[in-house]
Amino acid sequence: MSLRSNILDLRKRKKEVQKGGGDKAIEKQAKMGKLTARERILAILDDKSFHEYDLFVEHSAKDFGMEEKVLHGDGVIIGTGTIFKKPVCIFAQDFTVAGGSLGLAHARKITKIMDHALKMRVPLIGINDSGGARIQEGVNSLAGYGEIFFRNTLASGVIPQISVILGPCAGGAVYSPALTDFVFVVENISKMFITGPSVIKSVLGEEISMEELGGAKVHAEITGNAHFYAKSEHECFEQIKTLISFIPRNNKGKAMPFPKKTPKKDFNIEEIVPMNPKIPYDMRDIIRSITDGSEFFEIMEHFAPNIIIGFGRMDGETIGFVANQPKVLAGVLDTDSSDKAARFIRYCDAFNIPIVTLEDLPGYLPGVDQEHAGVIRHGAKILYAYSEATVPKVTVILRKAYGGGYIAMNSRHLRADFVFAWPNAEIAVMGPEGAANIVFRKEIAEAEDPEAMRQQKVEEYKQKFANPFVAAGQGYIDEVIEPKQTRSMILHALKVSENKDISGPKKKHGIPPF
Amino acid sequence: MAEEQNLKTLIVEGARYKTSFTKKFENRVKWEKPNFNHIYSFIPGTIIDIYVKTGQKVKEGESLLMLEAMKMHNIIRMPFDGKIVKIHVQKDQVIPKSYLLIEIKPI
Repeated sequence: MSLRSNILDLRKRKKEVQKGGGDKAIEKQAKMGKLTARERILAILDDKSFHEYDLFVEHSAKDFGMEEKVLHGDGVIIGTGTIFKKPVCIFAQDFTVAGGSLGLAHARKITKIMDHALKMRVPLIGINDSGGARIQEGVNSLAGYGEIFFRNTLASGVIPQISVILGPCAGGAVYSPALTDFVFVVENISKMFITGPSVIKSVLGEEISMEELGGAKVHAEITGNAHFYAKSEHECFEQIKTLISFIPRNNKGKAMPFPKKTPKKDFNIEEIVPMNPKIPYDMRDIIRSITDGSEFFEIMEHFAPNIIIGFGRMDGETIGFVANQPKVLAGVLDTDSSDKAARFIRYCDAFNIPIVTLEDLPGYLPGVDQEHAGVIRHGAKILYAYSEATVPKVTVILRKAYGGGYIAMNSRHLRADFVFAWPNAEIAVMGPEGAANIVFRKEIAEAEDPEAMRQQKVEEYKQKFANPFVAAGQGYIDEVIEPKQTRSMILHALKVSENKDISGPKKKHGIPPF
Repeated sequence: MAEEQNLKTLIVEGARYKTSFTKKFENRVKWEKPNFNHIYSFIPGTIIDIYVKTGQKVKEGESLLMLEAMKMHNIIRMPFDGKIVKIHVQKDQVIPKSYLLIEIKPI
């Protein structure tokens, strides 16, 4: 055989295997409104940057007639490529090959690219579209999942791990995405659950559709499993690229800097926040009034919207924002919002992203449901995450900072590097209404007109304690600033914090209230 | 503004905040004081057998019924000495979680 014929043979082999499950299966995939695994990889990566490995890997299962079956690539595509010219490792399960089911060879391909990503310190993107374990391969499938979970955990906090759910992801398979940093879902395509609708119906008699049980919306809004929700696969791919632009490639580096931009003029920071602390506004407008180009990339937009998390840039550098949202549930902390913020704070801390906290909250959400849902242990997560974080931490108190909420939102006491407050800020052990009712209980009860007395005492308390100057007088606030100075003060604080270097006591690891 | 008209009131420590609610918040389950005379299913499943009759006196710890759930046979027992007031389920009935099974009263 000449070299030429060898080359032609190679091309022929590649062509055949690259078809995955074949034309019929690809047609079926398209009918479900889904792209193929290969199309997905090519759409996410830079043009012509993808290089595939282990194309010719085949399974060696012998039971249940498997020895007769040829499964191209064993139902998964792995490889490397670039996004914005920076390398990433990627795998995509191929639903056209045996329903993307996970057997031993399939799992070994995934763990190979995971090991590669961790060794090379580059981000890992996993595209999930699989019916689950390949039952014919028995316990070997389970071993495969376990090996993946172990590597997810090992790589956590070292390289960014991104999961994209573009099809079913059921049973044990859901735990790999759950262990990764960011999960992307797409309407009508993503389905995640531990136990499917048919089992639920036969065992429990409850009838529910896949979409209602574990569709994209459910995970974006209710469970908090998903971080990004898109209406189409292409919108999802754009979100992935945007995210990649904001985060560093590994825990040793910084996100790539962008050209500096000023915020847009339409966001006048002095006109956004109403003076009355009980009237809401959209905190995102405040974020946009201080970020470069007024751009803000929100994470978990639909889950626990009473707290806002996401990335923006200031002078070209990536900043992680954590902000109370008065527009929803008055911006209170509760179980879900504490979870949401705490995990994001730990992400920023692991990947050298400075954290800016914008504070305006009345405290914790009252209610039996909250207490019984464990608001104590969930709320503790946010304290833990802020206290533990060693990246630059800047807090700006815009309006209310009451009680436990004040402490939790990156206060000086949890080692914020800089704390600023606006002149209208109310920093106090509780809101004037609550405080007056307790401190002046006797006077109010004994007054001729208790309601008038209450109002008078509330006003008195407001004048005396509900301002930034008591806290500033103790040095808990570094400076009371004018709203217009917010961006420049944060920028200055971040500049001063550039070489921040602190370390706590030596330990194996802490025990956060998971 | 339409948006302002839709605002709800959330009371935190005596202060009334104008804000909006999430679906999850609106759907939260109201807490009710448990009634120890009502025996509910703690898991969904099938009633395999019922061992008592209405009006019967039953001692604490005696079996009331068998509930099969997740392939396990669970015996539901009398929590205190008492009497069966009403039985709300039948043999072979498939029931959801938190379904009222039996009403009892102490004697």
